[in-house]
Amino acid sequence: MELVCPAGTPATLRAAVQAGADAVYCGFRDETNARNFPGLNFSPQEMAEGIRFAHDHGSKVLVAINTFARADNIDPWRKAADTAAASGADAIIAADIAVLDHMATNHPGTRLHLSVQAAAATPEAIGFYADSFGVRRVVLPRVLSVQEIAALNRAITVETEAFVFGGLCVMVEGRCHLSSYATGKSPNLNGVCSPPEAVNYVEDGAGTMAQLAGFTIDRYEAGKSTGYPTLCKGRFKAGGKTGYLFEDPVSLNAGSMIVAFREAGVTALKIEGRQRGKGYVTEVVRAFRKAVDAVEQGGTPTEIDSILASMSEGGRQTTGAYRKTWR
Amino acid sequence: MPPIALTLGPVFFHWPAERLKDFYFRIADEAPVDRVHLGEVVCGKRMPFSDPVWPDLIERLERAGKEVVLSTLATPMTARERRSIEDLCGDSRLVEINDVTALPSRTGKPFVSGPFVNVYNGATAQFLIRRGAQTICPPVELSLAHIAAIARTCPDTEFEIFAFGRLPLALSGRCYHARLHGLHKDSCQFTCEQDPDGLVVDTLDDQSFLAMNGVQTMSAQVQAVMLPPAEFAAQSVRRLRLSPHTCDMVQVARIYRSLLEGNEEPERARVLLSNLDLPGALVDGYARGRAGAEPVASP
Repeated sequence: MELVCPAGTPATLRAAVQAGADAVYCGFRDETNARNFPGLNFSPQEMAEGIRFAHDHGSKVLVAINTFARADNIDPWRKAADTAAASGADAIIAADIAVLDHMATNHPGTRLHLSVQAAAATPEAIGFYADSFGVRRVVLPRVLSVQEIAALNRAITVETEAFVFGGLCVMVEGRCHLSSYATGKSPNLNGVCSPPEAVNYVEDGAGTMAQLAGFTIDRYEAGKSTGYPTLCKGRFKAGGKTGYLFEDPVSLNAGSMIVAFREAGVTALKIEGRQRGKGYVTEVVRAFRKAVDAVEQGGTPTEIDSILASMSEGGRQTTGAYRKTWR
Repeated sequence: MPPIALTLGPVFFHWPAERLKDFYFRIADEAPVDRVHLGEVVCGKRMPFSDPVWPDLIERLERAGKEVVLSTLATPMTARERRSIEDLCGDSRLVEINDVTALPSRTGKPFVSGPFVNVYNGATAQFLIRRGAQTICPPVELSLAHIAAIARTCPDTEFEIFAFGRLPLALSGRCYHARLHGLHKDSCQFTCEQDPDGLVVDTLDDQSFLAMNGVQTMSAQVQAVMLPPAEFAAQSVRRLRLSPHTCDMVQVARIYRSLLEGNEEPERARVLLSNLDLPGALVDGYARGRAGAEPVASP
């Protein structure tokens, strides 16, 4: 299985490659990719250099152009696709039919991966993208169970990539407007979810309210550490109950399921976190490198768990939808 | 300038068969809408309840002169759900696709691209038009200015905006109604039926914010896009979609019809609308290129 790792900056790209990434994914410094945060991402020159560095070390670079091209100006997306192809990207990760069509027409030699933002989860949808644009791999939405992934792999002819570590979207990606409803900025249009400029921490007598565009997303007692107000992981009230109605503030760690992914026919495992620093990426990639190698050599689940044990401490984690009980 | 048409979107909620019948019979007889969407879009588990009632309702609506559109599921998962999409796509009536899953079996026949399909630009719209898209209702977060920019690149296609109702904001593999009741999706006991307009989700300081409807998350507020008809036309909008709720939808349709016929100013139409028993306050931020939750500019 291929280990696909995040690179938010040129330094993280080098760190991920040196820690054993088979492939890194990254994006340009603009709204064409789904991690459009200040201080992140690559200029065209940095991209070309990053690709050279990765290739010199035997790794691939997958360039994410995975937001939806803007109605009044599609050019930045076409230009990003052209630049990535010219720089020797090993694949373009795209979600928008406009971007996929542009790639298939103008760069038929460049591999296309379907971004999770396209939310393709059935053989028919995946078949459509494969037949229409020659998509070779599909990044699966984080709402499928491992059993469903196995069944899907039996019914399709393209590769699948599954998220294994990092953030957990609980809504079908690419079809969630919660962020733009509250803040006006969205993953599909702006490459951001619950953006930092909309965040406000308000102190009152009892503690701290974490707000997003004026909506209170969570509340913390005085002295307790505060979390980031990601919309779907906030505390709300409904039907007489108060709590994390959509999802707890947890992140995804499906490291314990690497064997199951392999048996389900998954080609690539994706680590999320392009906004993370060099140290974090190095540590996570190293651990997953060891775990994937152990699996490839017939290692046992217990062995894999012990390799990944250090990463389950601290923050709360879940295997998300991969286990059916999550629903 | 052709008149702007009114569309009644599919019911997003789990209404019992009797409620569906009463609702659509009244729509057939009284509502001044041109087109009516029927079908389960949100949750395939609900289909066994509503599937038996559609044939009668289609007949009744068509006899009343309404154009019927068959709406398909937005997040098909099971083999049965995928088969139902394929079956619907074989129908000679107009079909609304709400997921790319439906495209292979509907290509070459006319379809409506629903708000769950990601049409964000003209190139994507043109791609779908070449495959049969006749009407495009873009994702709800797109502004009128962006919709107009797309529409200008494909002048022969009807663009429809989500003009009235709680906004469909997100879909999940997880059922939030089941989760709230301590159940799993597989044994949900159809608790979503208790909330025929969805269940309001308040913030910790009691501000209405969202609404849950099974696997769907909606706005707690009600979208109400209202402009003078000439302004809709100037933005290339050819249809307005009204999303069904338990309030008097015949009256909602009449208010929008008066607006489109120039008999009611937007401001007065909004007052008339807010006098109905709506599930939430009126918003129209998305249409203006703002956050969707922003209240209507002049209430």
